[in-house]
Amino acid sequence: MAGSPVSVDYSQAMNLSAVPAGDWLVVAPTLITLLGGSLCLMLRKNTDLQPKLGIGFLALLVLANFGLLVRVLDYGVISMVMGSWLPPFGIAFTVDALGATLSLIGSIVALCAGIYGAASVDNTGRRYGFYPFLLLLMTGVCGAFITGDIFNLYVWFEVLLISSYGLLVLGNDRIQLDGAVKYGVLNLIGTNLFLIATGLLYGIFGTLNMADLAQKVAALDNPASGTLATVAALYFLAFAMKAAAFPVNFWLPASYHTPNVVVSAVFAGLLTKVGVYALIRVFVLILPASRGYMADVIALVAIATLLTGALGALAQSELRRLFGYLVIAGIGSMLAGVAVGSTLAVSGAIFYAVHSIIVMTALYLAAGIMNLMSGSYDLRKLGGLYQKSAGFAGVFLVLGFAVSGLPPFSGFWPKVILVDAAFQDGRAWLGAAILVSGFLTTLAMGRVWIYAFWRGGPEGTPDGQSVAAAGTDTGQLSGAAVWLPIGILTALVVYFGLQPEWMLELSTQGATGVVEPLGYLRSVFGGEG
Amino acid sequence: METGVVVLIGLFFTVAVYLMLSKQLVRMLLGIAILGNAVNMLIFTNGRLTREVPPLIPDHLYMPVETTANPLPQALVLTAIVISFSFFAFLLVLAFRAYQELGTDEVNEMRIAEPENDQTPPQGY
Repeated sequence: MAGSPVSVDYSQAMNLSAVPAGDWLVVAPTLITLLGGSLCLMLRKNTDLQPKLGIGFLALLVLANFGLLVRVLDYGVISMVMGSWLPPFGIAFTVDALGATLSLIGSIVALCAGIYGAASVDNTGRRYGFYPFLLLLMTGVCGAFITGDIFNLYVWFEVLLISSYGLLVLGNDRIQLDGAVKYGVLNLIGTNLFLIATGLLYGIFGTLNMADLAQKVAALDNPASGTLATVAALYFLAFAMKAAAFPVNFWLPASYHTPNVVVSAVFAGLLTKVGVYALIRVFVLILPASRGYMADVIALVAIATLLTGALGALAQSELRRLFGYLVIAGIGSMLAGVAVGSTLAVSGAIFYAVHSIIVMTALYLAAGIMNLMSGSYDLRKLGGLYQKSAGFAGVFLVLGFAVSGLPPFSGFWPKVILVDAAFQDGRAWLGAAILVSGFLTTLAMGRVWIYAFWRGGPEGTPDGQSVAAAGTDTGQLSGAAVWLPIGILTALVVYFGLQPEWMLELSTQGATGVVEPLGYLRSVFGGEG
Repeated sequence: METGVVVLIGLFFTVAVYLMLSKQLVRMLLGIAILGNAVNMLIFTNGRLTREVPPLIPDHLYMPVETTANPLPQALVLTAIVISFSFFAFLLVLAFRAYQELGTDEVNEMRIAEPENDQTPPQGY
């Protein structure tokens, strides 16, 4: 080993070839949002400029994510290691079809929320940083979808969590402080559990790179036993908390209805899905044996979550709380996919995540519009909206069909796949729970439509009469900023329902990439993977 | 030495869980602060404890000649400390604001977001 320091062979430790120009797209989503967030923060006093800058950067983010997805589809999984160190020493960003798809859909939803925010966030909200927080939230979300290092995943979780705190208390109402306390404390405990599990995993394997971990776990003689079972259980609890699965779901309906409706829309679309994504990443890619060992537990949790969500939705009369329970029911469907764990089931879970991101955001935005029209979120006080806008009534019906999983909209296909996968795996109860949950959701959404749209006016209005409700609209309803986002999202819901091939292909590719991770490992470690 | 530290970590976790089960928000926050420290020590111990051998490589060598301290857990812990400290600071301010606005720091009495006598949705058409 003795030699002069001049003859150091860097190729043993570093990647000496230059990174291909297109691969810089891997870090683009986090860079764009960080830059945009900082710029918006510096200019936060300029309330007219805020929406323009925010929407501009979010549009850039959508473009970057689209480019990234196209590149992943063309070249397979892309890896980039910070500082050009050879893995597993540097922090790796590894993008596969799963991460790129969710990142793209997530950024589209954020763009829609940014546009809606131009109408619904007042100047005070802008000054206190709605757009910086939204952009930094997207840094965390995209970073989590893109990273290939499990400690780095923890860091992105915290980035998105602290930005979500900022968004949640924006406005400083009593009800927001109440919701934020519960959301804040429980989510922080959840990420601490995640960190404990990561620390233990590092203690066992001495590495934090996901691809390296997957290899080392697969090389074990008995990969489901001992300490690893503890680690898997901790990860499951932590991500279940993040995803709001039963029985750790209570923070979600306690907090999601408190902030500005556009903030609720972003949260409902993105935050829980990052938890589900992490669950898929850790349990299907890194710890497949532990997933098999815990499959029954995950299936039970999935069934309980499906039913809690749907029954909870039936019992609510506050629109936003009702939709909060529907978010939980959707999480149950995705967990069902993780419980079964076959390529088919995981692809169903991914497709469902995409569907849920789009449709839940659209529903919350629709709730915002209903509030503008009639001045309330309460089913008892809503009514007569069909007369105000027949077109909007149709849009809401489409979203209701989609969230219930009825054809021909986007919720139908993932549910078909998940039920099919559950029956193939011999878990008839799981398939039945998905169907029952869909039925109960149909009831809940049907009731919303009957009371809010069909009925002539608020509770007590005689049949055949119509009472015009006094909305809180101060001119927002005539602006494009309110209608464009929900239009885009509904168009996507219809498109994925009528033309599901593209998304089916993407989610199958994403699922294959985590169930049989050869391509993922190759991309990080090179040919010998 | 590791056994001793592990026992200490266990104690930290016990205290943290006990405090977090309290109904008083301030105690829960203290519990969270202690939980954060317990996690940090857990990561540190998981990187294996060694006597004071700094991870330095002599001038003419590629790699250290003897077993050295593991520098990576220190980087991880440093990250986690910064994050948990900032979150603790935020939650402390949040709890104080909630106490000002809601007049209580007992979680059972914080029922504004979820009112106790919440009405059921309309039953008939």
